[in-house]
Amino acid sequence: MFKRFKLRARPLIIAIVLLVVGGAGIFFFTRSGIDVKGSNLTSIGLLISGLVCYSSIPVIVTMFESETALSLSLLFPSLVAIAIFVYGFIMWSVRVSFSAWKGLIPDFTWVGFKQYYDLFHNDPRFMIDLRNTLIFTVGFILGCLIIGLGLSILLDQRLKGENIFRGIFLLPMAISFIASGVVWSWLMNPATGDRITGLNLIFQTLGLNSLISLWHTSPQPWGMFFTIIPAVWQYAGYTMALYMGGIRSIPDDLREAARVDGASEFQIYRYIIFPLLQPVTLSAVIILGHMSLKIFDLIVALGRGDIRLDVPGTYMWTTTFSANKYAQGAAIGVLMLVSVAVLVVPYLVRSMRSETQL
Amino acid sequence: MNRRIVSNTIFYLILIISAAFFLLPIYLMIITGVKSFDAVDLKTMWALPMSLHIDNFVAAYQQLAPNLGNSLVMVIPEAILSALLGSLNGYLLAKWKFPHSDLLFTLILFGMFIPYQSILIPLVKFMQFIRLYGGIPGLVLVHVIYGIPITTLIFRNYYASISTEILEAGRTDGASLLGLYRHIILPLSAPSFAVVIIWQFTQAWNEFLFALILTNQSNWPVTVALNNLAGSQLVRWNVLMAATLLAALPTLLVYLFLGRYFMRGLMAGALKG
Repeated sequence: MFKRFKLRARPLIIAIVLLVVGGAGIFFFTRSGIDVKGSNLTSIGLLISGLVCYSSIPVIVTMFESETALSLSLLFPSLVAIAIFVYGFIMWSVRVSFSAWKGLIPDFTWVGFKQYYDLFHNDPRFMIDLRNTLIFTVGFILGCLIIGLGLSILLDQRLKGENIFRGIFLLPMAISFIASGVVWSWLMNPATGDRITGLNLIFQTLGLNSLISLWHTSPQPWGMFFTIIPAVWQYAGYTMALYMGGIRSIPDDLREAARVDGASEFQIYRYIIFPLLQPVTLSAVIILGHMSLKIFDLIVALGRGDIRLDVPGTYMWTTTFSANKYAQGAAIGVLMLVSVAVLVVPYLVRSMRSETQL
Repeated sequence: MNRRIVSNTIFYLILIISAAFFLLPIYLMIITGVKSFDAVDLKTMWALPMSLHIDNFVAAYQQLAPNLGNSLVMVIPEAILSALLGSLNGYLLAKWKFPHSDLLFTLILFGMFIPYQSILIPLVKFMQFIRLYGGIPGLVLVHVIYGIPITTLIFRNYYASISTEILEAGRTDGASLLGLYRHIILPLSAPSFAVVIIWQFTQAWNEFLFALILTNQSNWPVTVALNNLAGSQLVRWNVLMAATLLAALPTLLVYLFLGRYFMRGLMAGALKG
């Protein structure tokens, strides 16, 4: 790996300076902390000093003329951060999920799969969560795919004002789930009689009384179906953009050729465009699916703790940070991870393989 | 030709109805926000205001001002640091591949899909241990680290599209790995920096879970404060609508004025089919 080594003055001096400056920083911050406006910045100071110290290593590596080593040494801090914050923390969570930790004091007593067993056998709330996640995921994916594909076909007709419509459909993507949840809980206000408002008021005014609904406060499990509406509102435009990218990448020659052969517009979509859009559908399903499996913000803003709208994401949060059932919370988190990994890992592996072959 | 007109009319009709559905919540936020306190009535929720008032926005701003400030202080360093880190990582992983660098990249990428509930307990304990729990600097650090996958992905894809021949030419002129980065890659990177900074800005501004768990009340970003406001019985709904619009305004403005870059970030997050 290190075939050649040339001692050069400039990198050596830079490395020494970096080491000295970083070392002085570490020395300073380990002795005296700093506090800015009530936030303790000692760790940030240590982190920066550590990085300054570390940066002497790539500088020294430049003298070895090994590009692999240099590239790796520059990537190293990010790799360490990901190794700790993603993989290390996942393993830590897994360990907690095998423990009996309940209460504020960490308790790592090994109980095996007890937390998982209890979730699946003695926990009605988790059963509600599973059912709700299933409803939400299927409805959210189908809603986004159907509306997204429909809108992308409409915008493919080369109509005037296409850009304006596209801009409107994508607008919700810029808004947080919390903001949209707050607005939608007013639109889907379940009040009736004198206090009728929101969409129900529109339906009443239009004489569409049969459409007046309790929305997300409907009895189980129907309430959960209405949480899909704001979610689809936010991500249908995104799905549309994915499909439009797919449609635009289909060469016009292909359509022209079909037209020359006498195919109708409908047949062109049915036999040429839809089959070519299958990869887009697959990636849309994976992206939307992994989002719906970890849905949290929207449910918090819409449900406000309503157990009938509970999902694993919110259960994990309340059981861990309100009830201090850390082991149970960790088990729910790990189960969420597994469900997402089943969806995403095959896809990542496949794209890595096709990448490596290039 | 007649058929074309009929079908176009139908298309426009569907598009306009869809657009109304997409704009409904935004319409509600705006018209409620500009009504006077007296004109606010659940019965006339959908009616256009008789006159323009900013009472609701003033009241909402009084509630949210510190939190808007917190979000801003958190998001700016977060976006810049993320972009710098992503640029370096993306360059190395696109142009300086080494054995198994694709595997490493995939392992990094996995980090952007994980449900954060699966790392939340260790994260909280770790942040408490390094005494960054409760404040904004800790939230910035967390956003930067969990932003590494997406920022690396966006930059890597962009740099992969830069021809290797330019770099080869630079190398024969004696430029080193970092020299090439500084003199060739970085000057070409402005559009990607715009994409990543805007993306990270939007993500961090709208993020809720980390903000909720890692900050204490005085450091709450605007999403947490808005959620809290929505749960409070003391705040009237017209003020709440104005508050929601205020909280969403920065990212909406970014979308309206820098939509092109926002879109590219959005599409970069979509995996290749």
